[in-house]
Order: sequence, then C-alpha cells, then structure tokens
Amino acid sequence: MIKLTPRAQASAKWGYLSPVLAVFLTLIAATVLFWGLGKDPQLALYTFFISPIENWYGITELLVVAIPILLCAYGLALCYRASIWNIGAEGQLLLGAVVATTMALQFVDSNSFWAMPLVLLAGMAGGMLCSGISAFLNLRLNCNETLVTIMMNYIALNTLLWAVYGPLKDPSGYNFPESALFGDSTLLPILFEGTRLHFGLLLVILALVIVWVFMSKTFLGFQIKVLGLDKPAARMAGFKEKKLAAMVFLVSGALAGLAGAVIVTGSTGQLIPAISPGYGYSAIIVAFLGRLHPVGITLAGLLIALIFMGGEMSQMVLQLPRAITGILQGLILFFLLSCDVMIRYRIVFTVKLPGFTAAAKH
Amino acid sequence: MSNVKRLAMQGITKEYPGCKANDQVFLDIEHGEIHALLGENGAGKSTLMKMLYGVVKPDAGSIIWNGSPVSIDQPAIARGLGIGMVFQHFSLFETLTVTENIALVLGDQAGHLKTLAHRIKATSERYGMPLDPERRISSLSTGERQRVEIVRCLLLDLQLLILDEPTSVLTPQEVQDLFKTLKKLTKEGCSVLFISHKLHEVTELCDSATILRAGKVTGHCIPKNETSESIARMMVGDDIAISNECKRALGGDVFASIEGLSTQSIGQFDIALKNINLQVKQGEIVGIAGIAGNGQEELLKALSGEEIHRNSQAIKFAGQFVDQLSPLKRRRLGLAFVPEDRLGRGAVPDLDLCDNALLTSFDSGLVQNGFLKKSKIVQLADKIIKQYKVKTPGNHTSAASLSGGNLQKFIVGREIDQEPKFLLMSHPTWGVDIGAQVAIHEAILQLRDRGCAILIISEDLDELYKISDRLGAICDGSVSDFLVPEVLPLVKLGQWMAGDFGPSTEPKTATTAATKTVEIGATSHD
Repeated sequence: MIKLTPRAQASAKWGYLSPVLAVFLTLIAATVLFWGLGKDPQLALYTFFISPIENWYGITELLVVAIPILLCAYGLALCYRASIWNIGAEGQLLLGAVVATTMALQFVDSNSFWAMPLVLLAGMAGGMLCSGISAFLNLRLNCNETLVTIMMNYIALNTLLWAVYGPLKDPSGYNFPESALFGDSTLLPILFEGTRLHFGLLLVILALVIVWVFMSKTFLGFQIKVLGLDKPAARMAGFKEKKLAAMVFLVSGALAGLAGAVIVTGSTGQLIPAISPGYGYSAIIVAFLGRLHPVGITLAGLLIALIFMGGEMSQMVLQLPRAITGILQGLILFFLLSCDVMIRYRIVFTVKLPGFTAAAKH
Repeated sequence: MSNVKRLAMQGITKEYPGCKANDQVFLDIEHGEIHALLGENGAGKSTLMKMLYGVVKPDAGSIIWNGSPVSIDQPAIARGLGIGMVFQHFSLFETLTVTENIALVLGDQAGHLKTLAHRIKATSERYGMPLDPERRISSLSTGERQRVEIVRCLLLDLQLLILDEPTSVLTPQEVQDLFKTLKKLTKEGCSVLFISHKLHEVTELCDSATILRAGKVTGHCIPKNETSESIARMMVGDDIAISNECKRALGGDVFASIEGLSTQSIGQFDIALKNINLQVKQGEIVGIAGIAGNGQEELLKALSGEEIHRNSQAIKFAGQFVDQLSPLKRRRLGLAFVPEDRLGRGAVPDLDLCDNALLTSFDSGLVQNGFLKKSKIVQLADKIIKQYKVKTPGNHTSAASLSGGNLQKFIVGREIDQEPKFLLMSHPTWGVDIGAQVAIHEAILQLRDRGCAILIISEDLDELYKISDRLGAICDGSVSDFLVPEVLPLVKLGQWMAGDFGPSTEPKTATTAATKTVEIGATSHD
C-alpha cells in the first residue's frame, strides 16, 4: 500500500526537484500524445523542442517570445508571494499595448528622444490602470481578486478590439483592423543585426535584477512575504496590508503593461488584434514553475517560450493542431502541482500484515 | 485480581524524525487511583497518552490492560476496553445539543436518543456534574462543555479516564467541583490519569505520580508526601532555578489609560466590550484573569490596533488618544505585543528565526533606506536566542520547528528587546515548561523595573498572583476592579471571573457574595 505521510518540515530539495520532475513527466506525456496522434514521437519531440533553437536566429526568436512572458511573470510572482491571486496579466498587457499605441501614434513623424520612454511609460500606465481597477474592487469592495482580474481580461481584450476597429484604426490602412505603423522614434532598437531581438531584452534583465533585489533585500519585499505567508502576523507586526497589496497589484500591472508596450514597439510595430497568444496566462505557469523566484522564473519563461515556438513549428512541419501548445503548457502545470505534493509529504510503502485488519476493525 | 494492575505500559518507545518522544517508558496505574503524569512541555506526555488512546502507534514496548497484553490501534479499540480521554481542546459541535454530540461519538452504542438523554441526565447527576441533555453546546460554559466530554466517557463502561490539563479552562470553583467528581469516580474503582502543569493540584488530588523528562521516566512519587518544589525539581532537573521571589511595585505615572471603552460585536462569537476602565502605570504589571472567550481577544485587539473602532475616543498612550492609530503608529509610541497564538500571529511558521526577529523589530536599526541589514538581523536573532536560552539548532531554523515554549521565549525576548514603554501580553507562559516560565517571568519583572507599563491577560491564576502588581478579572466584556493580589482572595477573583463583580473593598460583602454564587450554582443545577 502506498501512503502519503506529512513531513516534519517542508523539503527544500523537493522544492527544486519538483519542477524538473514535472518537465520530465511532461516530456513523457508529450511522447505518448504524439504517438497517439500517429506522429513519430522522436521526430515530433525533435521538431517541438530542438529544431526551434538549432541556430542563432532561433535562439534570438526564443528570447523575443520570452520577453513579454518574463515581464508579466516577474510581476505575478510578487502578487503570488503576497498570496494575491492575480490572473489578470493578460488584460494588463493588452491595455498597456492600447495605451502605448495611443501614445506612439502621437509621435509618428517625430524624432524626439523622449518619444520612446513616453510610449513605454504609457504602456505601464495602461497596465496599472487595469490592475488598479482590480485592486480597487478587491481591496475596497472586497471582491475576489481572482474573479475580478479574470473579468478585467475580457474587458481589456474587448477594449483592444474596439480600439483597432475604431479610433486607433489606420485611416489609410484599407480598413484592416490595424493601427498605423509606428514611426522610427517609437520603435525599440534591434540589438543584433539580422535578428528581431530588440531592446526589450535589456528591460527584462533590468526587471529581473530589480525584482530580485526587491524581494530579497528590501523591507518592503520582506513585508510582502510575511503578508503572503501569514496575514495575522503581518497585522500583529503593524504592516500596512492594503497598501502593500495595492502596491504589488500596481507593480505587476506596470510590468505587464510594459510587456504590452514592448510587443507593439518591438515586435509588431503597430497595434493588431493578435498581439498576444496568451502570454499573460502562460506567465502564471512560468511564475509557479519558477518557484516565484526571479532566476527560476527566467529559466521557466525560456521553456514556455520554447513550447510556444515548438507549437508553431509542429503546426507547420507535422500539421499538428494549434491546441498542442496549450495542452503542453497545461500538462506542465498539472504535473508541477502534482509533484509539489512531495514538498510537504513523503511516500511510504507499507506492507499489510495478515491478522492486522481483524484487530483494526471498526 | 487485586495484585493485577489496571494498566501497565512497558518499555514504550516512540521516535519521531529528529526526536525520541518516548524512550523505554514504564507506567503503572492501579485500580481506583488518581495517577498524575507530570513533565515539562515536550517531555513526551502527550505522545504517551496518544499511544494509550490508539491515536499513535508505539515503535516498541507493550501495553498490559487488566493483566493481558493488548494492541490499541484505534481510539475505538481504546473505548472498547473502557479507556476514555478528555482532550485539552474539546471536540464538540457548537450547534448540536449535548445528547446529539454524545450520540455522534458513541455511534451504535448510543441507542435511541430519548433513552440516551435519560442516561446522560442520570449519569451526570450521579457524579455531581449536572447537565441538561437538550441544551446546545453553544450555550454552555467551558466548564459545562468539559462535563459533556467527561459524561460521554462515563456512559461507556469506563475503567480509566485520561484528562489532559483539565483545569486550565476552569474557574477555581469549577476545579473543586471537578475534583469531587474524580474522587467519586475512583471510589467506584475507576482509575484516573491526570495530566497537569499545576503542581499544587497534583499534590492535592493525586495518589501517585510518574514524572517524565525528555521522553524518559525520571521518577515516581506519592504527591502527598512531596512539596510543589520537590516535584518541580524532579521535572526540570537540578540545574534550573524554579522559583523567583517577586517584589510588588507601585508604578509611576499612568502610561496607558482606557476610559469607557465599549465596542459592538461584529461576528456571532465576538464579545462586545462594555465600558472598560483600566489604567496601567509605568513600572507596574496589571494582570487580567478570565475564562477564555470573555472579551480578552477583543480587548487586546482594541489595544494593539488590530481592530480599529472608528469614532471611539477611549484609549490613551502617554496622554495621547490612539484609538484611530494603526498598529504601526502605536508600536512607534512604545507598544510591544505578545499575542496568544505563537505560530501564525506571534511568529510566521515558515520563516526562520532571523526573519521572525525582524518581524516586529524593524525599527531597531535593522532597516536602512528600505534595505535589510542582514548582519544586524542575524546578530539580533542570535542575541535573543542566547539571552533567553532558546533551544534551537540555529538561527536559520523555521519558527514552526521550535517547541511551543522555546518559540514563546523567542517572541517574548524579541518584544522585550525593543525596550517598549507598554508591553501587552496574552498568556505569556501558556503551555511553557517551568524552566522557561521562570525565565520569562524574570524578564518581564526586569522590564517592569526599568519603567515599562505591562498588561498581562492570562488564564493561569498562579502566574497572575505571582507577578501582577494589581489584579482583576474580565467577564463577558466587562472588567472588575483591580486590587493588589495580597488583598484579593482567590475565591473573590473566582467570583469576578464568573461575572459577579460586586463591591470590592469590604470583606463582609465578599462573604455574602460567596454564598450568593453557591446559590446561583445550585439553582442552575436543577
């Protein structure tokens, strides 16, 4: 008989092992899945996980995909550390993109140095607006933050669609639902000639360092950790719960909004309806897979970005459906949550002795 | 039959990861005796009882019941043998009646509810602890709830009753009633195993005692032939001071003053505070006695700022109204706070001792420009650990893995180290072993002598009598007068705890009040 018995203390080792095991189990499940779909598993795994990053260009493309995911995930990790279940990074990203586009369209013909920073700040403001509304509903009106942030995702998506079909539509764009192309002053510089890898990578590194220092070295980071682990203790110590909660909402909104601004100024160069294939949702998985630690998140973000690319690749090469990306991401989260049981429990194999059952009746 | 023991536990050993809870423990209980099991916290008393009651399985050793070896794998088997246990925390459903609660535990043995109710009434009256079977648990006092648990055991063919710290929730009068019941039980041949921290109760009640220290039996004694001090010595070993003389202090200027504090109850189980008047002077310890759930929690939260009552102007620290101030601002006016729950409020279970030192000491130079000064934090944690003799593998151990007493020493140390002007403490030594108790009391008294105003809310009357400079009681959201312990007889404090505040100064009225409670007690027994 297999029994789960609680550990005396949470296992630090399994905290690190669990995500690795989850990824491994996902690979096994993927193999079975490909085999079941009638594809050669070896070829499929190769197409999915190796071929996208076989060359330098592939690696830069991986980074381009990872940039918005990571920006969102760092912010979400802050929320989750405070036990605030913000699912709204997607909406914050989209609204950030809309506001950034509005700003960028003011500078189409300008060469001002300030155009770019203003657009990025506008994106952050858009994200903060979106998460700020959620924060208000949650902290002032006691609405459940999970529900509120999910609903804000739909509001943001429809705001985006309204904008590209309406006020932000390019007047000379043959009625396509797209904004005008941005001017050069509001396009992020490319880091390496011949690739699409843009300045956003440096923003990610900056965010990584700031969030890391914030979490581990500052008193505010400590307060957030206490708030997430033990609310009564935070109250007893006199921490300002609501202000702390509002802060993490706004910071994560700003980072997700920045991600939206980086997509339109770095990758697409205009606002289009499909700027995000669910980066904000994937960031949730990334935050947990990375154990809410900035470095872990960075690694997890690269893996999830690889699944996005592998999904595209397998659509083209293997004619697999688009849903495969979502399925694999879901499997990772599923296996991660399952493996996390090992952090607090250990497996004990027990042998049933004959005669024991009779005594234990009732 | 007469030389066969009721119970013999032989060579019981139980090991948990990282600690040997019981090591070759032998425990004998005779027919019809009250046997005390004594020991500090973490000595292994609870583990031993859990094995006897079938909650935990021993790694080695055997249990001999009425002369034959038994294997107790489940509480149901223990109950079948005639072993009943009353835990420290009752397992009763508030919304059900006494009969329904008992029927739930007895299962098939309960029979029809009507006959059961009849049996409950008959049994409870026979043993002098009347119960109305139709009343809901939510309307019962703590003492009455304990009766429900005991009667539940008595309905079975009871041969051994285990009581885990039964008196910690009772008023002095209720304790005497309980003792009478227990003595009656033993006259009928039932054995009682009595676990307690309160040594004077043990010397008063018990026929024999087994003493555990660090999982091993360190002695047996006949409590009547011993003194509290000599038993305490056996429990803690030779190297710890077990008593300290406390000098009373008069105090200086008033630091904290509460005038006419009243609150509304929000939740169903909240107690509304009613016109509370109370002053705590610098260099003085004020003690508040009371049975749990009489407004202590509400009073503490009102003082700490965890609950802020809008439009209230009743609490002053050093002459300044603080009613609308956040907990942080009150801390900055000199407040420090040791809450009742150590894990989950006084300390964060998953964080290590360094982080838990930082939790409330952040104003003591541990934070500079918003950044943590790690080395200072470690220094502070080490200082508290050393100064208050906190037993821990190191400063990076999580708070959850410390024993209750050790964590309490750490929390008390952390608050005292901030040199507060007003220290608020709830149950400062609840469940803490004697050695740690003495250390904590010592630290509190020294802080008082340095001019701190201290307010202690506790259920432990020994403690309050020992260290309070003025002592009173809280009942149903009201507080009594406060008197110097020397002129406040225990009986009177008991009446105050029961809500009979009466006039306080004349001894004549005190006696009439005493007879009054007896009458009230008698009428409620109908």
